[in-house]
Amino acid sequence: MISTLNGVLYGMLLFLMASGLTVIFSMLGVLNFAHASFYMLGAFFGFQISRWFGFWPALLIAPLLAGAIGAGVERYGLRRVHRNGHVAELLFTFGLAFVIEEVVQIIWGKSPVDFRVPPSLDFPAFTIFSTNYPAYKMFMLLVSIVIFVGLLLVLKKTRIGLIVQAALTHPHMVGHLGHNVGQIFMLVFGVGTALAAVAGVIAGPALVTQSNMAGLLGPILFVVVVVGGLGSLPGAFVASLLIGIVQTFAVSMNGSLAGAFGPLGPDYASTWLADIWDVTVAQIAPIMPYLLLVLILIFRPMGLLGTRET
Amino acid sequence: MSEIASSVAPPLPTAAEKLKFYGLWLATAAVLLLLPKLSGSGGSLTTFSLIGISIIFSLSYNILLGQTGMLSFGHAVYYGLGGFLVIHAINIFGAQKLPIPLPIIPLIGGLSGLFFAALLGWVSTQRSGTAFAMISLGVGELIASSALILRTFFGGEAGVSANRTKLLKLFGWNFGPQIQIYYLVAAWTLIAVIAMYALTRTPLGRMCNAVRDNPERVQFVGYNPHVLRYLAFCFAGFFAGIAGALAAINFEIANSAYLGAVQSGTVLFSTYIGGIGFFIGPIVGAVFVTLLSLSLSDLTQVWQLYFGLIFIAVVTFAPGGITGLLMMHRPLMKAGTLTRVLPSYLVAFLPTLAMIAGLVLSVETIVHYTVNPGDDSHIKAFGVPFDAASPYIWATAAILLIGGFLVARKTWSLVGHAWDEATAEAREEGIAA
Repeated sequence: MISTLNGVLYGMLLFLMASGLTVIFSMLGVLNFAHASFYMLGAFFGFQISRWFGFWPALLIAPLLAGAIGAGVERYGLRRVHRNGHVAELLFTFGLAFVIEEVVQIIWGKSPVDFRVPPSLDFPAFTIFSTNYPAYKMFMLLVSIVIFVGLLLVLKKTRIGLIVQAALTHPHMVGHLGHNVGQIFMLVFGVGTALAAVAGVIAGPALVTQSNMAGLLGPILFVVVVVGGLGSLPGAFVASLLIGIVQTFAVSMNGSLAGAFGPLGPDYASTWLADIWDVTVAQIAPIMPYLLLVLILIFRPMGLLGTRET
Repeated sequence: MSEIASSVAPPLPTAAEKLKFYGLWLATAAVLLLLPKLSGSGGSLTTFSLIGISIIFSLSYNILLGQTGMLSFGHAVYYGLGGFLVIHAINIFGAQKLPIPLPIIPLIGGLSGLFFAALLGWVSTQRSGTAFAMISLGVGELIASSALILRTFFGGEAGVSANRTKLLKLFGWNFGPQIQIYYLVAAWTLIAVIAMYALTRTPLGRMCNAVRDNPERVQFVGYNPHVLRYLAFCFAGFFAGIAGALAAINFEIANSAYLGAVQSGTVLFSTYIGGIGFFIGPIVGAVFVTLLSLSLSDLTQVWQLYFGLIFIAVVTFAPGGITGLLMMHRPLMKAGTLTRVLPSYLVAFLPTLAMIAGLVLSVETIVHYTVNPGDDSHIKAFGVPFDAASPYIWATAAILLIGGFLVARKTWSLVGHAWDEATAEAREEGIAA
């Protein structure tokens, strides 16, 4: 039960980031390597602002700040690099991720900062099987669900959402119809990075806020996007939840091949195969997403709900 | 028929061209042979060895990125696995006293790189472009994380070490001293560079370029792009394995950092900064980046930041890399209009330099306040001492940065005009720019 809740929570956080990444990819055709860096920026801005003004202003200001930086990056960086082709764009975001990590290290240092849960949310929400479940995690879940529903409404019900949806599949046609595609791109990039920053602000106090958090999360984010199907928003949602739940369950499991087939105990198991034989499921939790990625690529190369081969 | 053939096939090289071509390689070999004589200290020998390894690795990476158009974020996997297998091979051969000398050991690294590339490549090369980039990243992370789990083979965090001098001696060389390692690396570098150059001249190499430029058309002429990408991937894995093997021999250790994202990123940096459009590009990049990372780390604390900024600048302003920039000037030189551009370069150079100086000054001042707040404010960056607490320095930094930026923007548009005129003139003289 607790694991399921944690898994859904982690999955929703992943989706907050993956949604922005997917929409940016579909529209601009570039996978933003620095997306996880904006998540990190959100966490650190949140930390700094909550120190000065408290947590609630931080929840609002930090994503706006990160989103503004994101929009600036699109306007003055990516748009210029666009002339040099897709590879250059991808490499630009790669370099950007590198630089952002260095800058964060310069400003806040390499060790984790002390980003605490706000006191108003620092109490156990409910108790299951004598385990207290913190209210802050419920708050995280709530925020991500609210944003998810909000995003869905904006995309499906508003004019901007319609234009964005149209630009996903037919960017040239949208341009011909007289919409300012450049401005839409900038807006989408800004909103996408702001969403990642929201995830950063709310995840910061619960997880560790450290300068390597982007490097740890970035690859998993790409796995989510590829597994879900490049450019598919529902796919990203399914894949986020899937990876969130799989990884959370794996961490809490202690089984190993030795545990399962212990009595058989073949001789070679104690020699060079000992690593594979004795490793627990919890230990391989970090590589689970990548295993999933390889399996998906073998059996369904376009991703779970993807339609295009790209 | 013969007319068509003669118009399609390039003319046979004349004796002079042949001489020039082979002379170039012989000259390279001679330079490699004489390099230790010029600067024979231990430190520079190590640097030369590192550059050689980096050259092989970057060139192998360019088989993917430059020649076949596949952007990989996990190329270090084959480098690292080559290194690990070589370390284990040295340990086994040393313990069993097998008559295998060290100079052919890198071949084992290459073969293991080839093996793993053949194993993992089929799935990853199914698609090119962004999908391939993501897959290579995922596979890279998978192997790098597995390395920390499979402790017996990869030795956990500490890695596996070996003693290279325990192998069969060849002509009295035990490969203990760095000079002998230098010659080993130099010889393998020359072999690998020649082999990779030859590869670009084969039909396979040409078809790889075709896959990069227009995969659909490749299918029309009867080739399978997937198979071509796979073959290129295998070759890249082979040469990456050789580079990894040489690195493992050089350091006598292999650890999980060999396989990791940082190593993959470094090879991407050096290849791209050097220029992916020309064969010599990755060589230039490998030399440049290796020297830069060795010297910058002495000069400033935050060298990685500058490194990233240089990379972004190259991606944004010079997508052809260093060699691409230089090669752009060749038509102008032929037409003799280069002299029209050079003065505007000189004009643009000063404000750009001022901007960079201002940027460095601001960064170093900020670093002083955030990274080492308690230290003396009289700091030294790039060998220049200054007082980070002085408001004059802050003002200078701001003026240099902002003023330099504003003036540089103006002057670079002048450079653009001069450039356009010069190329137009060159075109009039019949030299395509």
